[in-house]
Amino acid sequence: MIARRINVWKHFSDGVTTNNPVLVLMLGLCSVIAVSTNALSALGMGIAFTFVMVCSNVLISVVRNVTPDTIRIPVFIIIISTFVTITDYVLQAFMPVIHSQLGIFLPLIAINCIVFGRAESFASKNKPVASLFDGLGIGIGFTIVIFLMGAIREILGNGTICGKMVLGKAFAASPIAFMILPPGGFLVIAFLIGMKNWLSNKGEK
Amino acid sequence: MQSLFLIFISAFLVNNIVLMRFLGLCPWLGTSNSLGSAIGMSVAVIFVMLLSSSVTWIIYNFLLLPMGLVYLRTMVFVLVIGALVQFIDLFLKKNRPALYKSLGIYIPLMATNCIILGAAFLIIDYNYNFIQSIVFTLGVSLGFMLAMIMLSSVRERIDTADIPPSLRGAPIAFITASLMSLAFLGFSGLFGL
Repeated sequence: MIARRINVWKHFSDGVTTNNPVLVLMLGLCSVIAVSTNALSALGMGIAFTFVMVCSNVLISVVRNVTPDTIRIPVFIIIISTFVTITDYVLQAFMPVIHSQLGIFLPLIAINCIVFGRAESFASKNKPVASLFDGLGIGIGFTIVIFLMGAIREILGNGTICGKMVLGKAFAASPIAFMILPPGGFLVIAFLIGMKNWLSNKGEK
Repeated sequence: MQSLFLIFISAFLVNNIVLMRFLGLCPWLGTSNSLGSAIGMSVAVIFVMLLSSSVTWIIYNFLLLPMGLVYLRTMVFVLVIGALVQFIDLFLKKNRPALYKSLGIYIPLMATNCIILGAAFLIIDYNYNFIQSIVFTLGVSLGFMLAMIMLSSVRERIDTADIPPSLRGAPIAFITASLMSLAFLGFSGLFGL
């Protein structure tokens, strides 16, 4: 029982740290850079992504024994895009502001390489409970990175975080506006990956 | 005629698909190691995209819209593009072996390329008619080619430069992208777009 619990915890923590989808595997970068212009919409994207990731991972794992190997890719596509459509319509109904900020990046979760990668390499080979925690770990790892980027860009580019002023009036009057624009997104992700490389290089020495 | 030109310029420069809309970053970083593979990839994108945009436009406007099945569009588009890519792959392999030899390795990558699906969604968002959507697709794919060729040319020089170890590889490519994107910001406001 304890061994099993450790195993489940490992699936979860791997997704957040050593297997982090964005910083280590460098997958799904498009949506990370595009919707991280402010902390709140970044968080919305993270939660939507985690929901799709967990649900599709569990369902794919449940049907893994009845799916013939030759048609598994179309089956993955149908399962994943079903959950993406559900998320799309629920957000549109209850959080229209966040929905319009995410724009086309919400339906594009359907072909996100992270979701497909986990479906193919983990969920189609493991039990539902393990897949649930794997999906949760990957989803939270993604959410942490996208929220961090959203927060950095909002603080530097607007002087606020989630709409609250943090760096004082003088800074908010003339912020580093380019951080919110597209170039800022590329710059922040470059330094986040660089920092992760620096930390792991330091750890090896 | 004038509006078609504006659509083209908007998709090609002002809202460049890679540098301003952040679509297709994976192939942009993955296949820009040399000028040759950058051109191969871009030509494959132009080719597949023109076909996929026309097919998804026809399916959306003549099938999904009249039958009230708009909520199925994500699923239908992904499946249709996947099937189309498979079909192009087989067709080229059998009938155009020479072309297949140069583009073959890039074609399967198209199925999960977010530019292709993203453009299909953008065309719906903008309510384009068929001609407009073809012009838009052409602008988007040529914009991708421009960004591809620019990055691969810069990367060939970066390879020999002395870069801090932590920033080698993807980070320095993103810093390059940031500077390029800053330059592309200069196009905003062009022709009032």
